[in-house]
Amino acid sequence: MNPHVHALPEATLPRSFRLLRILVGAGVVMMLWRFLAGLGATTALNDGYPWGLWIAFDVVTGTALACGGYAIAILVYVLNKGAYHPLVRPALVTSALGYTLAGLAIVLDVGRYWNLYKVLYVWRWNPNSVLLEVALCIMAYVVVLWIELSPAFLERWRQSASRALRWISQKGDPILQRALIWIIALGILLPTMHQSSLGSLLLIATHKLHPLWHTPLLPLLFLISCIAMGYAVVVFESALSSHLFHRRVEKRMLASLSSVMVGVLLVYLIARFADVVVRGQLAAAFRFDGYSLLFLVEVALFLAPALMLLSRRARSRSGSLFRAAMLMMLAGAWYRFDVYLIAFNPGRGWIYFPSVPELVISMSIVALEILGYVAIVRRFPILGGLTAATVER
Amino acid sequence: MAAAAVGLPASAARKMVEAVDHGLKPSVIWLSFQECTGCTESLLRTSHPGLADLILDVISLDYHEALCAAAGEQAEAARRRAIEEHAGQYVCVIEGAIPTKDGGIYCRIGGRTALEIVKETARRAGAIIAIGSCASFGGVPSADPNPTGAKGAPHVLKDRRVVTIPGCPANPYTFLGVVLQFVTFGTLPALDEWGRPLFAYRRTIHEDCPRRPHFDAGRFAETFGDEGHRRGYCLYKLGCKGPQTHAPCALKRFGEVGAWPIGVGHPCAGCTEPHLAFRVPIHTTVKIEHPTPPSTFPSTAPERGKVSPVATGIAGLVGGALLGAGFRWARKLDEEESPPEASEEVSS
Amino acid sequence: MTMNRRALLKGLGAVGVATATGARPVTARSRRPVAEDAVGMLYDATRCIGCKTCMVACRRANHLPYEKPGHPWDDPVDLSGRTKTVIQRYRGREGQSYMKRQCLHCLDPACVSVCMIGAMHKSEGGIVAYDPDRCIGCRYCQVACPFDVPRFQWDSPTPKIVKCEMCRHLLARGRRPACCEVCPTGAVQFGKRKALLAEAKRRIARHPDRYVPKVYGESDAGGTQVLYLSSVPFEKLGLPHLGTEPIPRLSETVQHGIYKGFIVPAALYVLIGAAVRRHHRQRSVDGRKEET
Repeated sequence: MNPHVHALPEATLPRSFRLLRILVGAGVVMMLWRFLAGLGATTALNDGYPWGLWIAFDVVTGTALACGGYAIAILVYVLNKGAYHPLVRPALVTSALGYTLAGLAIVLDVGRYWNLYKVLYVWRWNPNSVLLEVALCIMAYVVVLWIELSPAFLERWRQSASRALRWISQKGDPILQRALIWIIALGILLPTMHQSSLGSLLLIATHKLHPLWHTPLLPLLFLISCIAMGYAVVVFESALSSHLFHRRVEKRMLASLSSVMVGVLLVYLIARFADVVVRGQLAAAFRFDGYSLLFLVEVALFLAPALMLLSRRARSRSGSLFRAAMLMMLAGAWYRFDVYLIAFNPGRGWIYFPSVPELVISMSIVALEILGYVAIVRRFPILGGLTAATVER
Repeated sequence: MAAAAVGLPASAARKMVEAVDHGLKPSVIWLSFQECTGCTESLLRTSHPGLADLILDVISLDYHEALCAAAGEQAEAARRRAIEEHAGQYVCVIEGAIPTKDGGIYCRIGGRTALEIVKETARRAGAIIAIGSCASFGGVPSADPNPTGAKGAPHVLKDRRVVTIPGCPANPYTFLGVVLQFVTFGTLPALDEWGRPLFAYRRTIHEDCPRRPHFDAGRFAETFGDEGHRRGYCLYKLGCKGPQTHAPCALKRFGEVGAWPIGVGHPCAGCTEPHLAFRVPIHTTVKIEHPTPPSTFPSTAPERGKVSPVATGIAGLVGGALLGAGFRWARKLDEEESPPEASEEVSS
Repeated sequence: MTMNRRALLKGLGAVGVATATGARPVTARSRRPVAEDAVGMLYDATRCIGCKTCMVACRRANHLPYEKPGHPWDDPVDLSGRTKTVIQRYRGREGQSYMKRQCLHCLDPACVSVCMIGAMHKSEGGIVAYDPDRCIGCRYCQVACPFDVPRFQWDSPTPKIVKCEMCRHLLARGRRPACCEVCPTGAVQFGKRKALLAEAKRRIARHPDRYVPKVYGESDAGGTQVLYLSSVPFEKLGLPHLGTEPIPRLSETVQHGIYKGFIVPAALYVLIGAAVRRHHRQRSVDGRKEET
């Protein structure tokens, strides 16, 4: 057991967290209303835009932002960069919560949620449907994430007052030891599959998605940008929680991590531009109409953090790391919003903007994630690094 | 025309005549209770067959208080004799409502209440026809507060099948059609749940009204005598009960001159409907039970809704606030930190 | 650091190659053949008089509620969760025309391709049918349909997708779709697609001045079973230029290219698992016994 990793019960929360709880309360009320009154009463979704904020943000962007665990797992377990190991558990918490809450968003969003279990009826599967693969992969990945995180729970329960929990810890430990390799491998395979497929979902919208975005490369672009977002979230969350729990920022790790991010961003930009040129859409990119501007902003959002992090000096300052991470997250979110909502035009005069209840529910899901993260990190050995008490600042 | 009213072929007319020629003129006993005799009067205004032809050549009208020659005990005796001689075959026609309160004393003929008379006469009738709204479901006498407990014949004769021909007055050709069918074939036409013959009461006024195109185009008379009224626009807003009234008036008019209420500019009063006639005020609008599309057309390029400015505002504020807070916090991080060690090797 | 970046790029390259081109040179998904017994409808806009009896009959035959309960008219402006067909009108430079909006029952439907568990499926005669028992209400079919046809019952807490199913409950009893039964001018007719297509072409040949010289749906989006004839350009009626490629082709080609036989995912899993195991062992050997 890593002696530096432990729970943090002594952390006090800033007052702003009360706002989060209020938001969650409001969200729960709205969710109840959604189930009682139907989607039409609570959302601004319509037949032209059947997928709105909850899909574009909470599911698609939310799971991409929850790819911290995926991104770190690639680094640590495939590329064998063990130095990043302390980042694994906190990333897994964000991922597990993020994906679980994305599942909640899905239950909220689908109209006939009582039939959801039928997705597991193998004999009814339609293998042509990308959404089938996305749904099954995400369901499996949620399970995998919590299993990956379970060693932290078992560690804590080893000394639990409850006999049942101690028993679980005893029995679970050896099983996990053996299986964990294959679980971790699954935890890298599954996001590769479904994060790319989240891009493939829009391949069917041949005449509705603007040609600057509609490309057979959609799965690749989604995958690369999700990796960038995953790393960005790790930096973002690491900096924030270090501050929150009065621990020193793991600057060295984050700095070297950010050099990785530069590479990923550049790969994305190259692929994006090559695709636009090969498909003859370069003129559209510089027409300076609405779509062109969306595209150019997207490029700028990916390029800016790459440029920011080129200098070693920038990489070693927490502030610029944090800014770059924010921009990267924004870039990935911008791209996904474009593909799913803004560059998606079904014609026939349809327009969409989320309603107030939609926004409240989305924000409450984010609030839930933050509160959940804090709750888990307090109770279970997740965070490592040096505490403020042991090091002179 | 009466044969056509029941949808019988022209050959039926010959059959009817043959039946008559063999001396088989069926007996008809016509009872009159709380009525205005309007239904009899409407029967007078027919000519295919005319009433004279009807009662002289087609049927044997053995009892009718307005039309028979006899009076008093003689007339009552004729009724009882007809019942005896033609038991099981005569047609019992009832005009007018039947008071049921206080033993039915509010209508007595020859010392006997209407209740007694109708039960006695209907008991051995081959067919029972209630003509007019009063006999069908109570009509005018049954309007609130209904002091006499006036009821329609089906209510009083619960164990018998009663053909009802509501209307105020009833359309005489509907009545004639039913009678002639019974006389010729011994059968009664298909009836709805109120006992009304479907051939006349299946469709609503609204479905066959000649002013329907005005309704579909949204052209209405708003008040009596206004421009719309003069132009013959739809009378829906003046309280026309056509949409809920099952009756043939739009097609089979009255008085052999094509007269009917809507045609002369007055909204239909719903006189054939128990829940409308003499219950809902004449100028109160009713709901359209089976709406149909109007005569306007949506465009092939429809306009859609709007975006909520409140939502846009909230989203913008929240997004902006988060971004701003993030950048401010990043600056704080920079300031908090000691200057970075320039020689630090960042390795993995 | 340079080592790190190189290693990362290598890794990414591997992933990228695996994802994007694990699709070895792949053949595009072939076109589905048209079934011999494919039924269809032919709507000739030049014969339509805009009487809307088809709308009334459709409501009745499908037991659909009125668009606005309590309203004196039943006046949908477009398809909706209560309306499976609607008559719209175009008025412009080219003239005036009515347009009957409904599901076109594509030969190779996008909605069928994307539906996870086959709630949207092609049933007898090629009719695109909907099974609410299977439907989870994900609305992917709405995203996919290029004709903006499937509608959702947004105002219901137990919503379904609603669209024309060619009155297959009537077809099963030997009748025709309700709209075709009641149309007074024969503007909309039911029959075998082959015969209707031939008839449509005959009409164009016989009256070239009356029609735009094209039967919409012959090959649009891979062909549809509901065909249209018109005197004004089809896009004015809301029937878009879609080309002749079936809509699902790209999506299915990419998806099957990557996942065919599950070869690529399985291979990736083995590779990743091997790497993880080796590195895990290495770490243990290094004496840094770590529990993940």
